[in-house]
Amino acid sequence: MEPITTFSGKAVAVPGENIDTDQIIPAKWLKVTDKAGIAKGLFEAWRLLPDGTPNPDFPLNRPEAAGASVLVAGKNFGCGSSREHAPWAIQGAGFRAVIAPSFADIFRGNSLKIGLLPIAIDEESYHELLSHIEEDPESTVAIDLVNQRVILPGGRTVAFPIDSFAKHCLVHGVDQLGYLQQQEDAVAAYEAATSGGVNTRA
Amino acid sequence: MPTPKTLFDHVWDAHVVQPETPETPAVLYIDLHLIHEVTSPQAFTELRERGLTVRRPDRTLATMDHSTPTTPRNELGIIPVTDPQAIVQLNQLRTNCAEFGIPLFELGDANQGIVHVIGPEQGLTQPGMTIVCGDSHTSTHGAFGALAFGIGTSEVGHVLATQCLLQYRPKTCAVRVDGALQRGVTAKDIILALIAKYGVGGGNGHVFEYMGSAIRSLSMEERMTICNMSIEGGARAGMIAPDDTTFEYVAGRPFAPQGAEFEAAVARWRTLPSAEGALFDKEMTLDASELVPMITYGTNPGMGMPIDGLIPTLDEMPDASSRMALDKAMIYMGLQPGKPLLGHPINMVFIGSCTNSRLSDLRQAAALIKGHKVAEGVRVMVVPGSQQVKKAAEAEGLHEIFKAAGAEWREAGCSACLAMNDDKVPAGKYAVSTSNRNFEGRQGPGSRTMLASPLTAVAAAVTGVVTDPRTML
Repeated sequence: MEPITTFSGKAVAVPGENIDTDQIIPAKWLKVTDKAGIAKGLFEAWRLLPDGTPNPDFPLNRPEAAGASVLVAGKNFGCGSSREHAPWAIQGAGFRAVIAPSFADIFRGNSLKIGLLPIAIDEESYHELLSHIEEDPESTVAIDLVNQRVILPGGRTVAFPIDSFAKHCLVHGVDQLGYLQQQEDAVAAYEAATSGGVNTRA
Repeated sequence: MPTPKTLFDHVWDAHVVQPETPETPAVLYIDLHLIHEVTSPQAFTELRERGLTVRRPDRTLATMDHSTPTTPRNELGIIPVTDPQAIVQLNQLRTNCAEFGIPLFELGDANQGIVHVIGPEQGLTQPGMTIVCGDSHTSTHGAFGALAFGIGTSEVGHVLATQCLLQYRPKTCAVRVDGALQRGVTAKDIILALIAKYGVGGGNGHVFEYMGSAIRSLSMEERMTICNMSIEGGARAGMIAPDDTTFEYVAGRPFAPQGAEFEAAVARWRTLPSAEGALFDKEMTLDASELVPMITYGTNPGMGMPIDGLIPTLDEMPDASSRMALDKAMIYMGLQPGKPLLGHPINMVFIGSCTNSRLSDLRQAAALIKGHKVAEGVRVMVVPGSQQVKKAAEAEGLHEIFKAAGAEWREAGCSACLAMNDDKVPAGKYAVSTSNRNFEGRQGPGSRTMLASPLTAVAAAVTGVVTDPRTML
């Protein structure tokens, strides 16, 4: 995984609270066995009109959204299904971070695993960010993961929380499975101390 | 004196391999890992790329449920899969299970079914366990006093490789439901009412523990319906303290401990409930005696109301963003704020899903539909949650009751819950569904879902309009 420290990018907003993972990536895109091409399904039902042509009103389809790398959305973003296909699709479409007032638990965890930053900021800052994007669709935000802060288009700095372990992994480009594998001795000791349990092969 | 522990604390503490530190999350041991065809393929790819193996195939079980058809068997007794993508996905699961030694319940096998139906049915789901699956409705298994939650595909890989997960200790929320349910009001109505009251994000960051007299009096299958939709309330897991109802349900099932081992297990399980005075980070309450059948009118499970109520108006919404959400939902659903839902025409009824596809759900639905006919122009799909449920229902003749009424009796699977197989609600059509999500397009592009109990679903099926099931009792 590529280390993430600081970056800035154009922000595009898909406002609305409780945007669920069925909207982010409809179920028909889950019938795959790899991750390739999933980005084509991102927000498909909103991005396309019923006849399959792009919906010109959808924010991601506007010409000024081209090249955006920061997605901005309302509270409880990513609720619903645990499908990791949702962060895969967002990342596959070129986004490196999602900024929202809050995230659903599973979506946040899934995003951190793949290096898509879920950045939770307060409601007031969220609305300020929306206004900036509305006024100037070329607005960019700067994200400083090391110092856990976002610089809004107007120059104001907003702090965001992130768990220290996920941050360490992202900043150093190390993955969490590697860390878990190093726990083998402790896992073996735990298993030795706790006998029994189900046996699905019995 | 030690701090009194909650049910969650008991299960969590018993599974900590490495404690949480300021720098690192806890390493949590997983007792049972359930997998299915949709969220596992990329995890196995990851294992192969890293040259890893499955650490505990004997703690892992696979089934086929999401992308599978529920169409009747052909003359060879086989459920035909025609979707090329589904064929690839199912073949991939077969290959992965064979290569890594994981037992698999094949499509159409005697034990195959929805992952959250088969775990409890087989006795694999037991009190005090940690259970995960790449599926958010894993919360279902919490009905047994297990800590059970959905994970993403990266984490599926973590568990396959190490049988552990990295987790921060979540907060706890006591969900107190007291009072006796009135006739025609079910466990589904309890959970829909709770989510309507506290919202789809109300439980974020928390594990629910459902408690109170209303919860105690529920059967295991009713408790599963409630825990199933914890995720719809934002909680990754929902738990119910095990009691005699739990032990009686588990006893004698294929993978449950037998004989003296079972007695020893029950003695351990009796120590799991929250101790007197145990503290929770948050509390929610609901009076079950005041509930009426619930139905959803919008595009998330929190947009629910009493079936005899009115859809809220924009003025009743607390803030601008919820006004926007309601407005958007009304346009999508083709409904009017401030209007009733009773009498609204419907096109489809779906009785099934990991929420409401167990034998007691089917019994309840069959008892109400018996002697009635499905309304003209309405399609009714009844989809048992597993092959075992199907067999048991057929042994009681429930399938004949459904078929005589004009409903379809189908093979086991996730079916019309999530539009991943051929069972879909057509664009613009209204479905009363016993499933768990009414998101835009959830049951098919343009589908309009109203979530409700099996009783409310049957009432709509026979009248062709949204109907209070209490008028049929």
